Amino acid sequence: MYVAVKGGERAIAASHAVLAEARRGDPSVPVLGVDQIEQQLGHAVDRVMAEGALYDRTLAALAIKQAQGDLQEAAFLLRAYRTTLPRFCASLPIDTARMTIARRISATYKDLPGGQILGPTYDYTHRLLDPGLLDDAPVPPAPRAAEPADPAMPRVAALLDQEGLIRPESGDRDAEPPDLTRDPLTFPAARALRLQNLARGDEGFVLAMGYSTQRGYGGAHPFAGEVRYGTVAVEIAPEELGFAIEIGDIAVTECQMVNQFAGSRTEKPQFTRGYGLAFGHSERKAMGMALVDRALMSRELGQDVTAPAQDEEFVLSHSDNVEASGFVQHLKLPHYVDFQSELELIRRLRAEAEERVAEPNREAAE
Amino acid sequence: MSLPGYNFAYLDEQTKRMIRRALLKAVAIPGYQVPFASREMPLAYGWGTGGMQVTAAVIGPDDVLKVIDQGADDTTNAVSIRRFFALTAGVRTTERTVEATIIQTRHRIPETPLTAGQILVYQVPQPEPLRKLEPRETETRRMHALAEYGLMHVKLYEDIARHGRITLSYDYPVLVNGRHVMAPSPIPSFDNPKMHRSPALQLFGAGREKRIYAVPPYTSVESLAFEDHPFHPWKANAPCGLCGATDSYLDEVVVDDRGGRLFVCSDTDHCTTRRAAGHRGAAAGHALAGAGE
Amino acid sequence: MTALAPGFVDPPLAAQAVFRRLLDAMARPGMVVSLEAPPAPPPLALAAGAIALTLCDADTAVWLDPALRTAEVVAWLRFHTGCRIVGAAEDAAFAFAADTVALPFDRLPIGSDEFPDRSATAVVQVARLGAGAPLCLAGPGIETTTRLHVQGLPAGFVAWRARNHVAYPRGVDVVLVAGTQIAGLPRSTAVTEG
Repeated sequence: MYVAVKGGERAIAASHAVLAEARRGDPSVPVLGVDQIEQQLGHAVDRVMAEGALYDRTLAALAIKQAQGDLQEAAFLLRAYRTTLPRFCASLPIDTARMTIARRISATYKDLPGGQILGPTYDYTHRLLDPGLLDDAPVPPAPRAAEPADPAMPRVAALLDQEGLIRPESGDRDAEPPDLTRDPLTFPAARALRLQNLARGDEGFVLAMGYSTQRGYGGAHPFAGEVRYGTVAVEIAPEELGFAIEIGDIAVTECQMVNQFAGSRTEKPQFTRGYGLAFGHSERKAMGMALVDRALMSRELGQDVTAPAQDEEFVLSHSDNVEASGFVQHLKLPHYVDFQSELELIRRLRAEAEERVAEPNREAAE
Repeated sequence: MSLPGYNFAYLDEQTKRMIRRALLKAVAIPGYQVPFASREMPLAYGWGTGGMQVTAAVIGPDDVLKVIDQGADDTTNAVSIRRFFALTAGVRTTERTVEATIIQTRHRIPETPLTAGQILVYQVPQPEPLRKLEPRETETRRMHALAEYGLMHVKLYEDIARHGRITLSYDYPVLVNGRHVMAPSPIPSFDNPKMHRSPALQLFGAGREKRIYAVPPYTSVESLAFEDHPFHPWKANAPCGLCGATDSYLDEVVVDDRGGRLFVCSDTDHCTTRRAAGHRGAAAGHALAGAGE
Repeated sequence: MTALAPGFVDPPLAAQAVFRRLLDAMARPGMVVSLEAPPAPPPLALAAGAIALTLCDADTAVWLDPALRTAEVVAWLRFHTGCRIVGAAEDAAFAFAADTVALPFDRLPIGSDEFPDRSATAVVQVARLGAGAPLCLAGPGIETTTRLHVQGLPAGFVAWRARNHVAYPRGVDVVLVAGTQIAGLPRSTAVTEG
């Protein structure tokens, strides 16, 4: 029985046992190592870290294994773990201008200081299934550039800044940013809060929202000013030390989207920016986020808010897949008490409607 | 006493302090939804994370916990949540309403009247009573600020104009302390009157929506209605098939594919207690009564 | 510097016990409740110290009235709770007061119409609870009306409570404290003399 009147505890234990068997699959196939997931399913690990809001490749790989590759479930596992961790301190803002670049492209300039670096990308692969991967075919070594990448690799937005053509970043740089995980989301939301929300947001949702702005829902005219991926140092500045120390590196993808903007009642014509940042290598997420970030600036730019992607309550309230997945799936829980109330009500309303139909007829007959 | 590697009652102390501060504000402003920084719990949002966070912030080693879902202690989610607290807080659990100091519930208020000193913790999916009428939080927040509840009255009035009665049967909105319109959570409207001036403390947690609210003891809780269309709670017009109770909320159980129905108490403790006292319904001895009979 | 007085011995359980009594006190205004409180540096009342240990941390702004703003109290609060001590009553999430003459009640935040919860909680030390002049209380948490006897209530307290009550749902919530005893006076409680 679905809701066992007795024996709920036994049913749950049995369900967990069946789940463990299903997760392991055929025991004659070698078990998947967490290190294999971490090394060979890197994009899955990146996505789970981003949506799980925790940078830890090993734990993300463990979550993927535990969730049988269900990445939303894995992100949830990571979040539930993260929420119990004590906080020692907040890191300083990372400086992506000082990124150790693995890939960097700009669609707005043919060439620019630091150059275009293609790096690892699926962009120009032909999407042909590779039977070679069915076997353990050896991977030939990749050619390496003779020279290391130019350490001075200015960000494209900074180039436009010099000319005064792009709207300066809004917001108070020195103000303590709000923290979505410490204070509940309230509206109107500051940009820092919106970006935090989008960074944790579901990749599919953010992608679709960004896409909608390109198709006319929000009237965006974006250029990929720059997409860069690489590692950046994370620093903390403990109060007792009085100076910053590096605690490690993280890999991030950053997108600076440059948008045409014809001006509004309050703003003169200029370029505007949209910003996206994701843990690991995740260009789709970073670009989608940059499009949505720009769309959500409509209110500040004096533009009419007409499209879904411009509507901050709509976007920010529905971006989190841990929330969305939970609430959609909670419909599996028993609701028979409420359903019973509805049954009684519908029966009553129908009976009353039938009476109303019958009564005029009776009156007519009398 | 608690789960190795985790704090007492799972949540870390900083999180508990944040929830406790929110709870005290909630008690001070009955029916007002206090935003709180709800945490991810090891249970999915929508499955009782708000109630669990409230319970975790309130519960102590001397408490006796009862957890019900749909009025029953043995529904899978109730079992799962009860086990969670037995494991993480080492508390004693019970299925008896009268023995419990804290009762966490989804969708019901026990039939046995609650007493002073008991705490009823509701799991709330949608804390905003106006949300179905106005999806925007900025708008509904302003309505509460101004006590401008015209939208709700219009909805109820339209119901009456169209159907001759208010067509809400659960999560039926209430006015708390004469000031805030509040969602009682999806309890059947049958349970609404139990909230009014209850001697127990009622706490509400909405995890996904990140809101906490409260009704202190002896607080006025009125179901919204009109003078000429008074509030009318619904229940099946039948006695319980197992214990014969005529005053309890009933579940309808389909017993065959020929339209056969059995009505039984939704509150399993109420039904069991009555049967132990010798009360018998027309279908006493049915398999639903459990192995005990 | 002399050694700091200790905080809670077993923080999770001690804080839970204090919170439950405090929740009781706020849910049943006027009921005098005793707390299990560790030592606190005078002139901070034991129960006031226990409330701080239970509710205050790096996320809370704490204001101390001049009588309580001693080096010992500040050091003890900072060490055990990590709370931010603020100089202006207008910034307080928690206001602790021992002075019975010049409480800045009207400067404490009362929240906004949209967010009435963004308001201060005032922990006010008095000489005795359960003895002294009677206050008549009514409102949520009280079956009909109840009497709370308080000795050493700050001057102008009842008049301020009347102003506070008119602002409802905005308002300041009060916990009266004497030794290890407390009584809650949330903003929803109507307070009159007699």
